[in-house]
Amino acid sequence: MYIIVIGGGKVGYYLGKELVESQHEVLIIEKDRAKCDRIVDELGDIVLQGDGCEASTMEIAGFGRADMVIAVTGEDEDNLVACQVAKAKFKVPRTVARINNPKNSEIFRRLGIDTTVSATDVILAHIEQELPIHPLIPLMTIKGGGLEIVEVKIPQRSSVVGKRIRELLLPQQSLVTLIISEDGVPKAPDGDIVIRPGDEIVAVTRRENEDALRGILTGTAPLQ
Amino acid sequence: MGCGRVGAELATMLDRSGSTVTILDINPDSFRRLAADFHGRKVVGNGIDQDVLRRACSDEPDAFVAVTQGDNRNVMSAQIARHMLNIPRVVCRIYDPIREEIYRGLGLETISPTRVGARLLMDALERETATAGSGD
Repeated sequence: MYIIVIGGGKVGYYLGKELVESQHEVLIIEKDRAKCDRIVDELGDIVLQGDGCEASTMEIAGFGRADMVIAVTGEDEDNLVACQVAKAKFKVPRTVARINNPKNSEIFRRLGIDTTVSATDVILAHIEQELPIHPLIPLMTIKGGGLEIVEVKIPQRSSVVGKRIRELLLPQQSLVTLIISEDGVPKAPDGDIVIRPGDEIVAVTRRENEDALRGILTGTAPLQ
Repeated sequence: MGCGRVGAELATMLDRSGSTVTILDINPDSFRRLAADFHGRKVVGNGIDQDVLRRACSDEPDAFVAVTQGDNRNVMSAQIARHMLNIPRVVCRIYDPIREEIYRGLGLETISPTRVGARLLMDALERETATAGSGD
């Protein structure tokens, strides 16, 4: 495949390297002379110095025969325009844009960019998985402190996702009392209801069983 | 959006003609370009940030104009204004005539000062030649 990468910073450099190693024809477009020189030194003659949003540069780069354009500069507006022009003027079949500010995902998608990658979102998602504790929020104490009403949000990778309420093995004196789906619909927890990621579960439990309940619902049960 | 020479001049003109104007710029120093009698609202912030735009456009404006120095910034904010904020009239300055043509094709209302400026200069030159020619 002929793949054009716009932006020769860290992301562009390593992406270019990877693509060259997997036998693709690659061209990196970069404005900065020094960055271009470094790429030429290390990866060979696969760089064009210029503005990847400038139609004349795009013409020279051969956008017309590119199978894919990947825009990975540090500026979202440049990545957006590079991909839009690649699509509108050069009919590039597939465009991928890096998004620096996660709130731009929606607008990029609406404006026809095929794929977006938000480094910030990716990093956050990875860190979130590594966090040992998914919060269980105590809502209220009842029965003189013996029982608690708590709320737990079901994470994407919880082992209870897809299970019915009746299949859950909850700690003693624990009861699921309410499920609120991700789009905000409250449901009475009939035993046949299937748990979905993003569900918020309101449960009653004994205070000393809080950790066990959280473990079961979020899939991080402590090893016995 | 953009309080450079053109943005400040346009904002002042609109303000004097009785429109309610909000001017947005990332740099508060640029508001010094506005006339002393400017009544409009001044908002400091980045116009390609949806939340900033939404705040600047909280009073449901009839029109949005993007005139920062960056073509791509103008293009992006104009598209947010149009597609996410549903502002009825959106005009976008794009210096690069090729990009201007592309985005006009995609349905944005665009102006390329490069093309307009060159046209005006060309007209002036032709007029000059014609006058000189008729004097002979």
